[in-house]
Amino acid sequence: MERPIFARLESVGVRYGSKVVMQNLTLDIVEGAITCIIGLSGAGKSTILRLLNGLKTPDSGRVMVHGKDLATLRGEELIELRRSIGFSFQFAALFDSLTIGDNVALPLRENTQLKEPEILKRVEQTLDGVGLAHIMERFPSELSGGMLKRAGFARAVISNPAAVLYDEPTTGLDPIITHVLTDTIVRLRRQLNGTAVVVSHDLESIYLMADYVAMLFEGAIIAYGTVDEIKSSINPIVQQFLQGSEVGPIPI
Amino acid sequence: MNVLEDAGRDTVGVLEYAGGVAGLLGESAVFVGRFRIRVKETLDQAYFLGVGSWSIVLLTSLFTGMVFSLESALQAVRYGVGNFVGGAVAYAIIRELGPMLTAVVVAGRAGAAIAAEFGSMVVTEQIEALLSLGLSPVRMLVVPRLIALIVMLPVLTAIADLISVLGGMWIAQIYAHISYGSFIDSARSSLPIGDLPRSLIKSVVFAIIIAAIGSYQGLSTRGGAAGVGKATTGAVVIAIILIFMFNFVLSAVLFQS
Repeated sequence: MERPIFARLESVGVRYGSKVVMQNLTLDIVEGAITCIIGLSGAGKSTILRLLNGLKTPDSGRVMVHGKDLATLRGEELIELRRSIGFSFQFAALFDSLTIGDNVALPLRENTQLKEPEILKRVEQTLDGVGLAHIMERFPSELSGGMLKRAGFARAVISNPAAVLYDEPTTGLDPIITHVLTDTIVRLRRQLNGTAVVVSHDLESIYLMADYVAMLFEGAIIAYGTVDEIKSSINPIVQQFLQGSEVGPIPI
Repeated sequence: MNVLEDAGRDTVGVLEYAGGVAGLLGESAVFVGRFRIRVKETLDQAYFLGVGSWSIVLLTSLFTGMVFSLESALQAVRYGVGNFVGGAVAYAIIRELGPMLTAVVVAGRAGAAIAAEFGSMVVTEQIEALLSLGLSPVRMLVVPRLIALIVMLPVLTAIADLISVLGGMWIAQIYAHISYGSFIDSARSSLPIGDLPRSLIKSVVFAIIIAAIGSYQGLSTRGGAAGVGKATTGAVVIAIILIFMFNFVLSAVLFQS
């Protein structure tokens, strides 16, 4: 049975100045699943996340979310779409001047009519869900990398979004925190009953959490499938990437 | 040919910049018009940008008034027009030096702070984070700083005018033995009462320039730490140049009509 599609990138082209990052890229994001995007550094993986919530506009092609072409959305519609998609940034991007509690509460305070006691309750619950209920009053500069990432997760999911986009959630973290974050992503997706898109280089984590994996290479998706399908791919580029080998068709 | 190309490119660049700043101000005006203002953030910024600038404004205005009086009082007494010193000092300070120097000092402190803060937020993805939460950086960040400066710069200017004139009066008494009474009489008779509110109109315009340029420079930051540095320097330099240019235009419009 074919699963419903949350978002579709259709023949998308993106360039930064004269550098072509994506060319005729097509990718479906399956609803209710975790799709992981892998690829070399600078391949444009994070750009895919920015395309999905309208932070970046493609130079050609279309980005459809729930069947709507983002290019046709007016200002308020685009804002509504962004509110329905959580975004966890690579370096958390928490606001320096706010405490962790205020960072996480910000979407509720600004985008909803909830009363303060209800907001505080939700913030506590959400931070508790990522193991950070005890650091509500601390500032981002006082936290470790792993705690920052988890606080970023909490801010991304507090509004119960339909989808969450994770940009390199485990990069640069120790194996234990990596495992904790991977579990957290899986659990949050289940709790929200939503969609997750994860950009990562961390193959161990991807094997644990991914329902689908897409590999981006030279501006296009060259492989797509379940973890087992990707692992058994006969594409030499995919195999070289998965094995981390210097020998193969990928230019070093 | 290259000269023409460069001139054309620079002209387009200036127009794009002006359009960007105008767009930012327009968007801010829409939020203000709809009363979509973050009151607590605005008060915090009024404290940081306004109250926090008080000491440097006080020092610069005090010494400006003192040096202006030092240079003019002795000469005036020598030529037998010592009774005009109060008027000359008050006239120059309240119409021109007070609003302009206060704005330059605040541009150096507050304009740079705004550009550096926004620039850092750009390079650490905090601006993108705001957008991803469906929040407008203009409403969240620019509007509070714009309103704070529009309120606080005229207050700082009024204080600077007062301190500057008092400093001038003190120095005129010490160096040229011009009595406080003579100084005050001269100032009152020379300066039309409407000049003070007109000079504060200048401050409002300068506040808009400082907030708009600082914000635009910060939000347009590209690159890492070097980009933040460039944006910050640019914010101060461009704001100061515009303050001088607009000061001339406003003097012509407000005082010569």
